[in-house]
Amino acid sequence: MNTVYSVKELNEAYKILSQESVKVIAGGTDLMVFYSSGLSLPKKILDIWQLNELRNINEEGDYLKIGSLCTYTQLINDERVKHFAPCLVSASKTIGAVQIQNRGTLGGNIVNGSPAGDSLPVLAAFDVKLEIGSLNGIRQVPFNSFYTGYRQTVLAENELLLGILLPKQKDREKSEFYKVGTRAAQAISKVVIAFRAIVNAEKKIEFIAIGLGSVAPTVIRATKTETLLNGAEITFDLIEQARVQLSQEIVPIDDIRSTEHYRRVVTGNLIAKFLRVF
Amino acid sequence: MSVQLNINNKDYVVEVAPMKRLLDVLREDIGLTGTKEGCGEGECGACSVFIDGSVVNSCLVPVCQTNGSKITTVEGLSNNELSKLQQAFIDCNAAQCGICIPGMLIAAQALLDLNPNPSRGEIREAIAGNLCRCTGYMKIVDAIEIAATANKG
Amino acid sequence: MAVGKSITRTEGRDKVTGKAKYIDDYTCPDMWYGKTLRSEIAHGRIISINFSDSFDWSQVVVVDYKDIPVKNLVALIFDDQPLLAESVVKHVGEPIILIAAPSKELAERAIKNIEITYEAFPAALSIEESLSVKAKIFGDDNIFKHYTITRGSVADAFQSAEIVVEGSYFVGHQEQLYIETNGVIATTKKDGSIIIQGSMQCPYYIHRAIKEIFGLSDEQVVVIQTVTGGGFGGKEDFPSVVAGHAALLSRKCGHPVKIVYERGEDFAASTKRHPALIKHRTGLTRDGQLLATEVDITFDGGAYCTLSPVVLSRGVIHAIGPYKCPNVKINGSVVATNTPPNGAFRGFGVPQACFAGEMHMEKIAKTLGISSVELRRKNMLREGDITSTGQKLLYSVGTQEVLDTVIERSDYLSRVEEYKNPSDNKCRGIGLSFFYHGGGFTGSGEEKIKGKAAVELDTHGQVKILTASTEIGQGTKTIFRQIVAEELGISLDSVIFGDTDTSKVPDSGPTVASRTCMVVGKVIQMAAANLKNEIKKLVAQKVNCDISQVEIANGQISCPDVEKLSFTQTAIECVKEHGEIKTMAQYSSPPGIKWDEINYTGDAYPVFSYGADVVEVEVDMDTYEVKITKVITASDIGKAINPAMAEGQIEGGMVQALGYGLCEEVVWRDGKILNNRFTNYIIPTALDIPEMETILVEKPYPYGPYGAKGLGELPMDGGAPALVAAIANATGAFITEIPATPERILAALEAK
Ligand SMILES: Cc1cc2nc3c(=O)[nH]c(=O)nc-3n(C[C@H](O)[C@H](O)[C@H](O)COP(=O)(O)OP(=O)(O)OC[C@H]3O[C@@H](n4cnc5c(N)ncnc54)[C@H](O)[C@@H]3O)c2cc1C
Ligand code: FES
Ligand code: FES
Repeated sequence: MNTVYSVKELNEAYKILSQESVKVIAGGTDLMVFYSSGLSLPKKILDIWQLNELRNINEEGDYLKIGSLCTYTQLINDERVKHFAPCLVSASKTIGAVQIQNRGTLGGNIVNGSPAGDSLPVLAAFDVKLEIGSLNGIRQVPFNSFYTGYRQTVLAENELLLGILLPKQKDREKSEFYKVGTRAAQAISKVVIAFRAIVNAEKKIEFIAIGLGSVAPTVIRATKTETLLNGAEITFDLIEQARVQLSQEIVPIDDIRSTEHYRRVVTGNLIAKFLRVF
Repeated sequence: MSVQLNINNKDYVVEVAPMKRLLDVLREDIGLTGTKEGCGEGECGACSVFIDGSVVNSCLVPVCQTNGSKITTVEGLSNNELSKLQQAFIDCNAAQCGICIPGMLIAAQALLDLNPNPSRGEIREAIAGNLCRCTGYMKIVDAIEIAATANKG
Repeated sequence: MAVGKSITRTEGRDKVTGKAKYIDDYTCPDMWYGKTLRSEIAHGRIISINFSDSFDWSQVVVVDYKDIPVKNLVALIFDDQPLLAESVVKHVGEPIILIAAPSKELAERAIKNIEITYEAFPAALSIEESLSVKAKIFGDDNIFKHYTITRGSVADAFQSAEIVVEGSYFVGHQEQLYIETNGVIATTKKDGSIIIQGSMQCPYYIHRAIKEIFGLSDEQVVVIQTVTGGGFGGKEDFPSVVAGHAALLSRKCGHPVKIVYERGEDFAASTKRHPALIKHRTGLTRDGQLLATEVDITFDGGAYCTLSPVVLSRGVIHAIGPYKCPNVKINGSVVATNTPPNGAFRGFGVPQACFAGEMHMEKIAKTLGISSVELRRKNMLREGDITSTGQKLLYSVGTQEVLDTVIERSDYLSRVEEYKNPSDNKCRGIGLSFFYHGGGFTGSGEEKIKGKAAVELDTHGQVKILTASTEIGQGTKTIFRQIVAEELGISLDSVIFGDTDTSKVPDSGPTVASRTCMVVGKVIQMAAANLKNEIKKLVAQKVNCDISQVEIANGQISCPDVEKLSFTQTAIECVKEHGEIKTMAQYSSPPGIKWDEINYTGDAYPVFSYGADVVEVEVDMDTYEVKITKVITASDIGKAINPAMAEGQIEGGMVQALGYGLCEEVVWRDGKILNNRFTNYIIPTALDIPEMETILVEKPYPYGPYGAKGLGELPMDGGAPALVAAIANATGAFITEIPATPERILAALEAK
């Protein structure tokens, strides 16, 4: 039989994490699927579902602080998230369907670390900071150095993800979220992208960030394409260069959902689509 | 572990393994077999129930996370009289084989609780997590729309 | 009037309250659970089966082929499929060992403690590999069955053709994906008799299968259908396997045994729609008159024959679609591969044939530069015309009506023009398909089966319907009641539907082939007419008048000089005096039906149903994703006994058809299915499907109940080609292999 520790206080959770080898469960929408598809349950489980302090959303200066247990439904309905991180709302709306949105958490999506996790390109593009806690205190890790490989993270055994610090989207900034899934709902991404840019009246790109999922072993930033575009003026030629650059920069594979070729072409098309509107 | 549940307004205490799926507890320990299993992985919605007012897939929820919760299943949608929603499902011939219907009704009820006057598009969104292989969804959408109208009138 | 009304579903209340009991909802105190150990390889010999010492085997019961008392056989067409593999396995998922245990968990653990080693043989995993006999699976050539249809002389006709168009089309597997998986409970009685309860379409198929496995008599096997959560053909023949397994376990362990498949197992082990490679060669005049058609069809049957010859037969007969062509040659084969046996799935060979045929019509229209509509109008079958098997269509031919209706309602011709110039990166397109579907069994099939059904007047004055036709969601329980109420002139409340239990109901034949309403419904109507006659006779005797003077209408019986009698009261009295009154009827073919099984000529079906679909799409040219924006169908089904249910059938079938064309694909590696789950076998959600307009056309069939003909399968036929034609019209990408995934659309655009 498994032991489940259901905790209501962060400190309790930290204590258990420091003393025992436990698997954390939040909304369970990833974990329960693993277990029902044949993986055996870990002996000891830490249930954090009742850690209500991880459900807060707060403004902190230029940042929005979002607790790791926030569900997608919560994100979709929160006025501050709608205003300061519309892309995160767009992403949340595409996740599963309402039953999953009611239960799945942002923290679960991050720690689960699937390259197809739909919130992740947004977090990558926004350079969010992760807040990680343990008995030793709280540390901040830039999201873009959180993953070390396919489903590998820097999170230590005794640590819990507390939440994210997301820089508020600026007034002049435009962001877009594109998900290309297998169907209109309950779909896993074949390509998922978050774009963020500030483009001035002369069509000069003052700033751009591109986060991509499902096209590499982890969520990635398209740094080469960003370098190409930063400071450049949007022209037909530039768009074509960006299309080529981005589709070369990613490292997608053939799998049961799609093909490498399709992923490259579509990724290229989508940056063109994003840039065309300016 | 011992788990306290309020299911369809009735209190239960069950002695179960903490990681047992709520779905199995409902069906096996409580004997409420109206909630169905179509996939066991959160895709089909046949196992949809309300936990504390929000609709979730009971195949993905370990019972330990529901201790003290209020749960509503299809059996709890009506007492002696059918709810307007159930009646609309009958009137519109929305059920065919019926296996998806318990979950579909729960998802539809969840929508109507939040949005008493949904558009057909909103209805489709609300049931997008409930797969039906029989109906093509048309008559289900009709039924939910009619139930919403009936509620107003 | 009961017929023609959208009466609500007989078992509707149970289905919306959660009271309806499906097989997994049943338990009994001493019940055990069954699990199946299956082959991991596509083809090979079992070398050893090792039962781990670390497991206590005394807690469970183990069954292998040696436990089968009489025949190790799933009785169907050819006797080639064992119920449990002996030494050779021919597909991944083939059952080898069964376990029963007091709990599911224990049964699962037992399975994990068995290890099988194999000597692998070469495996033929595709039609090409089968034909090149990469592995010998069936006979010397791997061909289960071959059919040829010949009419006129194609060789001569091609000579005179002004234009010849060729095309090759491929369709893959499709999974039925009923939301309730397969399941049964088998109980062995002390006297050796066996009771099977479960999810099924055809109780008498299981009845026969169990009799053969155990060598039991008719009476010793009882099969009872529980509320069934979808079938679509997937529960036609396959439940015989599950039932056979559960019965073996129950017999050995002495407990009732429940086997309910998990989704992944159901997906991996059960039958699917046959993949097909179909080649067309068509000779025409320059203005689009069909002169000669040659079609070559190859179906992938999987490792065992199951129903494949029957599926092929239907595919071959429907190969050229509802068109008249004086010179036809159709060659069809179904071949063996080392993949799980393919079987029945709504449409039964026609969706494959229809996809190829209708795409080919589109290709012809493009080649000739004439409108798709005109090409169809020019060649469509009309009353009096002759089909490819030489069948003269004498009645109930709604071809023109269905085609005209969808063309008009969709404003097809203006849309085609409107969508020619896309304004942004979204291309819009509209597509058409036109098709027919033979109702009931092919050829002399119905004559051989001679389906029976009965009605019985009970002590409450109610009329009970006794039939083996099952309710699987399509509305049997409701429409049969409507037919009986109508025929007897009584209210619907006076008609009830008896339990679907082989010890209580006659063999009406299987619930397949769009035959339930058209064929069994007619038999039910006849049985009701017989009952009416019996009642009239008794009443006439009683009141002393001539039987012709007795009338039953609106629940009342009237005869001369007597006050009107209530049907129910009179019925109760009749039963009191004479005992329960039961009348039976049996199918007989309409007059003049002739079928030549050898030459494959003649009246292939008593009647055809006709359909036309229009689908509109919007294709995102950045992602090649297809959004279906509009669906209009017109279906000539003779008569809608219950219009709402008829619409429900069409809408549901259409969505399966659109899934077939758009996204449903089984992905294989080394004979193993990689996507045996809901998360990766993609069926449409409510958001993938637009609002649909469903138009019923009624060209009555004189020998159907109130004019009704087949309906269940028709809506599965035309959706995929209409969708793919719309994609072609939107983007110029002419896709010849479905599903038309964004990946295939991209590839087709790049190949342009
Ligand atoms: C039907 C279905 C559809 C889905 N659709 C989508 C989709 O469209 N897009 C998408 O991105 N995902 C999808 N998912 C996946 C899943 O819902 C999300 O990844 C979700 O965000 C996971 O959150 P959770 O709380 O349920 O995670 P859990 O299953 O509870 O946990 C996931 C992992 O994160 C760890 N973990 C969780 N919280 C913490 C924490 N605070 N600190 C440390 N570790 C933690 C757990 O130990 C575990 O390893 C889908 C899942 C299902 C079943
Ligand atoms: S059984 Fe829970 S979603 Fe399918
Ligand atoms: S009614 Fe059969 S699955 Fe929905």
